[in-house]
Amino acid sequence: MIWTRFVPMLLCAVTLLAGCAGVKSYEREMLADPIMSFSRDPLSDQYLEHVYEVREGARGATTTQGGGCGCN
Amino acid sequence: MFVRAAFKTAAITYVLTALLAAPASQAAMPKIGAAAPDFALKSSSGKNLKLNEHRGEVVMINFWATWCAPCRQELPLLNRLHEQYRKAGFRLLGVNIDERPDAARAMAKNLGISFPVLFDSEKRVSRLYDVNAMPSTVLIDRDGKVRYIHLGYRAGYETRYEAQIRELLKQ
Amino acid sequence: MAVTDSGSLSISEPAVATRWPALLAALGMLISYTATAVVLPDDRTDLLYHYYDGGGVTVRGPAMLVRKSAGDNVSVSGRYYVDTVSSASIDVVTTASPYKDKREEFGVGVDYLHGNSLMQASVTSSKENDYLADTLSLNVSHDLFGGLTSLNLGFSQGQDVVQRVDTSFESDINRYSFSLGVSQVLSKSLLLGVGYEGIAEEGYLSNPYRSARILGASLPEQYPGTRDSQAVSVRAVKGFSSDQRPILSSMRAEYRYFRDNWGIRSNTLGVALQRYFGNRVLGEARCRYFQQSAATFYSDNFTSEMTYMARDKELSTFHSHSLGAKVTWYFLDRKYLFLDRMSLNFSHDYVNFDYQDFTDVRTGEPYSFGANVLQLYISAWY
Repeated sequence: MIWTRFVPMLLCAVTLLAGCAGVKSYEREMLADPIMSFSRDPLSDQYLEHVYEVREGARGATTTQGGGCGCN
Repeated sequence: MFVRAAFKTAAITYVLTALLAAPASQAAMPKIGAAAPDFALKSSSGKNLKLNEHRGEVVMINFWATWCAPCRQELPLLNRLHEQYRKAGFRLLGVNIDERPDAARAMAKNLGISFPVLFDSEKRVSRLYDVNAMPSTVLIDRDGKVRYIHLGYRAGYETRYEAQIRELLKQ
Repeated sequence: MAVTDSGSLSISEPAVATRWPALLAALGMLISYTATAVVLPDDRTDLLYHYYDGGGVTVRGPAMLVRKSAGDNVSVSGRYYVDTVSSASIDVVTTASPYKDKREEFGVGVDYLHGNSLMQASVTSSKENDYLADTLSLNVSHDLFGGLTSLNLGFSQGQDVVQRVDTSFESDINRYSFSLGVSQVLSKSLLLGVGYEGIAEEGYLSNPYRSARILGASLPEQYPGTRDSQAVSVRAVKGFSSDQRPILSSMRAEYRYFRDNWGIRSNTLGVALQRYFGNRVLGEARCRYFQQSAATFYSDNFTSEMTYMARDKELSTFHSHSLGAKVTWYFLDRKYLFLDRMSLNFSHDYVNFDYQDFTDVRTGEPYSFGANVLQLYISAWY
């Protein structure tokens, strides 16, 4: 399947980029701010993702993880 | 079955990443036993402070930032060590690396910090000491030599600091 | 580090057989590096009130999240969520009568930090009068390269019980999901994330109340007994500084591609801008575009009977646009008693759904509707 080859290749490409990063620990001021995170308010983001997920046919690979429900 | 393919994906990724990550090494901080690199920075009192002025005293340099949570936890504990041992010849220098010194000044005031805070907003000294963890603590003896280095802060580290400070003060 | 051999697995094998290889792979990542350690999530409590109104459906209710660390290495969290539904949706009004329902969800989780690895386990239980869902999730995050790279592995298993309020009908669903993610710091102000999630379900996957249409007449839906899906996503956050502050604003963009063995293909694109206004106010503007193509066994109106037939608009060809804004007010931004910080937040998202091959039988036109999603919540950090 494409996912056994494509996904690990993509993930390894990303980890190889680590060599190019060169960001020192004393330079991480911006990265420490909540607006630089993928999800700064997990409860609110999970709720909004749930609103979309129960009305759409697609699910998964978002920053939030969910459980099941009978929301048809 | 996709589940099997998914596990194969995970296994391949982790093996490759472990191989790639293994050679990753930390850049070198000053070596234990070597002379601590000298520097001069503006301090919270307005005056310039030079490291070598404190030859003959035991010096602890703590690199911290307002955006670093373990640093905020550690500062009050360092303040206590400073107040306890300064009469015995112990100097604590807080090197702050915030881009805006005002935030650091405000935080130091809020926490009641009495030891000097030096402003390294251009990261000159951080580069000199190759700081690769936040916070970083360097203990220097009376002869100006680096004796102990601590990377990061975990609860309990202050006990180690105290033991090492007392040891260096005796010399 | 050994490569785990997953052996011969199939969905119908018991949960244990599929879980151990994943756990072993996760444990294999517990290699310690002389690097900056990964951290426990922040201690916080959020109290949220949510409100949705659209397409004849109103859903509202409270939600709560409480997280507290115990020592340096352990963090526990609890979650409670309620949906109170008043439904006169198109499915309901055209085939039945409006109803009210209430769904309650509880979740507890434990996080354990060991060196550069964070292990998370959580259990969630959702209950309404005709549907029960229990999910167990396990997650491992591992930091590499001094915390510049973070690797994430997740596994979850769910069991649902599907019933009907009016009969003694009962059936179930087994769900397994596997996720993999990497996030990478590319520069002082740029973060990149890549993720994959595969989900496999088997059991009664349709809605016992819904019917399909064949030449205008109703008949029960027939769904396949399994559904396998894969999703891949890429996201990035870029920060911007100003003379006044080291970080003033950020822009986040994400894309997700989804496909499953029901023939659905979907693309999702989202962009969000966040900006500080002074020291205490944070504004966010976001938009999202979603598009999907129909399942192979979906039809608005079948002309002949097929093995699998569905008329669920969630499986149809449609797209949706949404636009939203959120305001955060840090009304407490310094230490007070045991609190570090508190914020009040309000958000409004408007979502528009446009169906291409699902007809509103009341009008004969392709169906579309708009919905308003409101959130009001308080967050406290301690």
